[in-house]
Amino acid sequence: MILDHHLASRAAGPGRLPSVNGFSRRTFLQAGAAAGGGLVLSLSLRFANGDAEAADADAFAPNAFIGIERDGQIVLTMPYVEMGQGTYTSIPMLIAEELEVDLKQVRLEHAPPDEKLYANPLLGVQATGNSNAIRGAWQPLRQAGATARTMLVSAAAKRWNVDPASCQAQSGEVLHAPTGRSIKYGELAADAARMPAPENVALKRPEDFKLIGTPAKRLDTPAKVNGTAVFGIDVRPPGVKVATLAQSPVFGGRVKSVDDAAAKAVKGVRQIVRLDDAVAVVADHMGAAKKGLAALVIEWDDGPHAKLNTDAIVGELEQATRNSGAVAQNIGDVDKAMAGAVTKVEAIYQVPFLAHATMEPMNCTAHVRPDGCEIWVGSQALARVHAAAAKTAGLPLDKVVVHNHLIGGGFGRRLEADGVIRAVEIAKHVDGPVKIVWTREEDIQHDMYRPYWFDRLSAGLDAKGMPVAWSNRFAGSSVIARWLPPGFKDGLDPDTTEGAIDLVYDLPNLRVEYVRVEPPGIPTAFWRSVGPSHNVFVTESFIDELAAAAKQDPVAYRLALLDKTPRAKAVLALAAEKAGWGEPLPQRVGRGVSLQFVFATYMAHVAEVELAKDGTVRVRRVVCALDCGTVVNPDTVRAQVQSAIIFGITAALHGEITLKDGRVEQTNFDTYQILRMNEAPTIEVHIVQNSEPPGGMGEAGTSAIVPAVANAIFAATGKRLRKLPVDITALKQPV
Amino acid sequence: MATTIKVNGVDRTVEVDGDTPLLWVLRDVLGMTGTKFGCGMALCGACTVHVNGAATRSCVTPVDSIGTSEITTIEAIGATAAGAKIQKAWLDREVVQCGYCQSGQIMSASALLASNPHPTDSDIDDAMSGNICRCGTYVRIREAIKQAAQPSGQGG
Repeated sequence: MILDHHLASRAAGPGRLPSVNGFSRRTFLQAGAAAGGGLVLSLSLRFANGDAEAADADAFAPNAFIGIERDGQIVLTMPYVEMGQGTYTSIPMLIAEELEVDLKQVRLEHAPPDEKLYANPLLGVQATGNSNAIRGAWQPLRQAGATARTMLVSAAAKRWNVDPASCQAQSGEVLHAPTGRSIKYGELAADAARMPAPENVALKRPEDFKLIGTPAKRLDTPAKVNGTAVFGIDVRPPGVKVATLAQSPVFGGRVKSVDDAAAKAVKGVRQIVRLDDAVAVVADHMGAAKKGLAALVIEWDDGPHAKLNTDAIVGELEQATRNSGAVAQNIGDVDKAMAGAVTKVEAIYQVPFLAHATMEPMNCTAHVRPDGCEIWVGSQALARVHAAAAKTAGLPLDKVVVHNHLIGGGFGRRLEADGVIRAVEIAKHVDGPVKIVWTREEDIQHDMYRPYWFDRLSAGLDAKGMPVAWSNRFAGSSVIARWLPPGFKDGLDPDTTEGAIDLVYDLPNLRVEYVRVEPPGIPTAFWRSVGPSHNVFVTESFIDELAAAAKQDPVAYRLALLDKTPRAKAVLALAAEKAGWGEPLPQRVGRGVSLQFVFATYMAHVAEVELAKDGTVRVRRVVCALDCGTVVNPDTVRAQVQSAIIFGITAALHGEITLKDGRVEQTNFDTYQILRMNEAPTIEVHIVQNSEPPGGMGEAGTSAIVPAVANAIFAATGKRLRKLPVDITALKQPV
Repeated sequence: MATTIKVNGVDRTVEVDGDTPLLWVLRDVLGMTGTKFGCGMALCGACTVHVNGAATRSCVTPVDSIGTSEITTIEAIGATAAGAKIQKAWLDREVVQCGYCQSGQIMSASALLASNPHPTDSDIDDAMSGNICRCGTYVRIREAIKQAAQPSGQGG
């Protein structure tokens, strides 16, 4: 949430705060005729601000388009990508609701790459991430739908020569009840296109919603159950060859020598491409490419990070937290309150590097010619890869065409352009199109990783055990500083600190500091639930420690600190009630709780874990209560929570990337384990209904589940886990 | 070396080394991209096909080991009774998210249902734990298999 505000205000110009409700229709929406005679509404999905309002109509820069074609089809062109989160269904729901058409009549087309045209209104760049698609589209798309509906009604009224107020839009047509006449939208589109767009239109009241809030069927599903869906890895332009590659096993290393004689002898291998820091085998099919790769003898110059181990990185982070950092939030006087505290609690928390391990391994197809370049890829950040491809190919942007495809898992990995850059580097040496497919081992060992973070916390409690002082100083990488440099200011960025500041709890004295430390020899990137993936684990584990130190029930302790945040209090109480909090459990079984407000969504989890004698942890049940404001598609909300919980349990129990001699030690799903069916808990999701603006849903469940699991392990064993992933050797049943 | 395999009822002859995994023959030589690559080591199940009805990881199945066995892929599984029920249940229960692993999930689930019309939770764990879903759709996969196992294909 903080990231959104920060970035939106950046987009709005320095020193200006965006106003979510203050849309200026004049600069946000225009109507006109489509080439085929239909109606087109052009939208500028930006938050209104002084600059925009002062601008004249020439400054109108639309970044989304709604076309009403003569056959009645509604075509929505939007910059968001579908990666399993249901956006291609929930976004059309917003338009269909206000336009009074069936959801099936709306088709969403993916926008071509254009940073200026299609920037995400919350991120300021063309990207799908940070759980903000619905949050960005909520107001403007409904407004556009209502505008189009008003124009179509006016066009019908004019044709019939009746008062528009006597007409009604319904199911894709305009009705005139008194005379029983009706005209379909498609037949009115050309007339409507000649009318001025009305200045003010009324949006539907929530109680009148027919689609929003109902469990609409996902529109992208049928092709995904019969093998016809085309992911990036599935494209087959005519004459395409398939390549796979070996990149320097140490980040920053170089190719010293290559003996490719045996590789070239493999049937189906066509070409070996040697780059500075990678070697690719181009073949007729991936089987031959992989066999060729295995036959290569490559000698590497490991470069400056040849001896780098995880321990050295952690040591540096630990040192960094001994000195003060940039102050992210400071309330009251922590030092004074700490001095007067009756009890002090101190703890160090650590979270590891994590890989994304999307099921679709990294891949990109590229065709580089002297006069142009074509790219086929599934990307979360289309304009970014467009620019990267053009730069690598040495071509102007307008000579580079990027085709976007379905994404077989994003989770932040496909916000990066490294795979596209690599593909273009290779394709420059290949005659014709070439599809570069990374092996799973390359994918895991050359990911860009969720940062390692190291946190030093202390708190002071009063005589009743309640917190009077809270101090948190942590060190780690800032992804924003690399990915969106203007977002990093005065030693801080809004993502890295989200979930560590602006806590739901009423803490009278609080100081949070961040020390940016970029680890050498390992690239970092956004990872599902981003900053909160780390901060919520730390904060929610530590508050649990304070409850334990105060000898109080973890739920009751939290509730006592929530008088100023009633929505947070409500989800916590609901989760506890539904989970049967306080009911007795067998030995080696425990319940743990967590509570958070991130991505503009309130969420509480109660996790129930059981431990085997050898310490193996099984999460057997999770109860989630959430308040994400208005629910657009409740089935998608449930699906995203289920998904995010499984993703988070994977991280809590199994996830860890380590370096030895500069090399990532994990290689495939045997050493980088993902939760499987037999380990999956039952999951219950309880949604608090209200009509607040919608919050993000794709990531919240991941950050919330990790501390709930750790707190449940504490409840079951008395062992407080402050370092992830869970170390089962510490949890063996005492003999 | 020319090898002939029977895929979805049709004989297909391909010119590849005999040790080439079936996965790449399907995807890159025959252009049947519904079967997915995930790990190359039979660890994730994304590449699952049926060989004479048995769920098989095509990424570690050499093409010359198939002989006259019948291969069925996601593209044709809807023509089998179990496959059609599973696909319907997948749609009814909105199982899919990114969808990349779902071809393999559906092939494993169809093989389970064809051999065991009334699988228990434990049977589902045994048959499905070789298929990783990074989107974490396991809760719905379990529900969908139970629905498909109902006589009417409903409920569950």
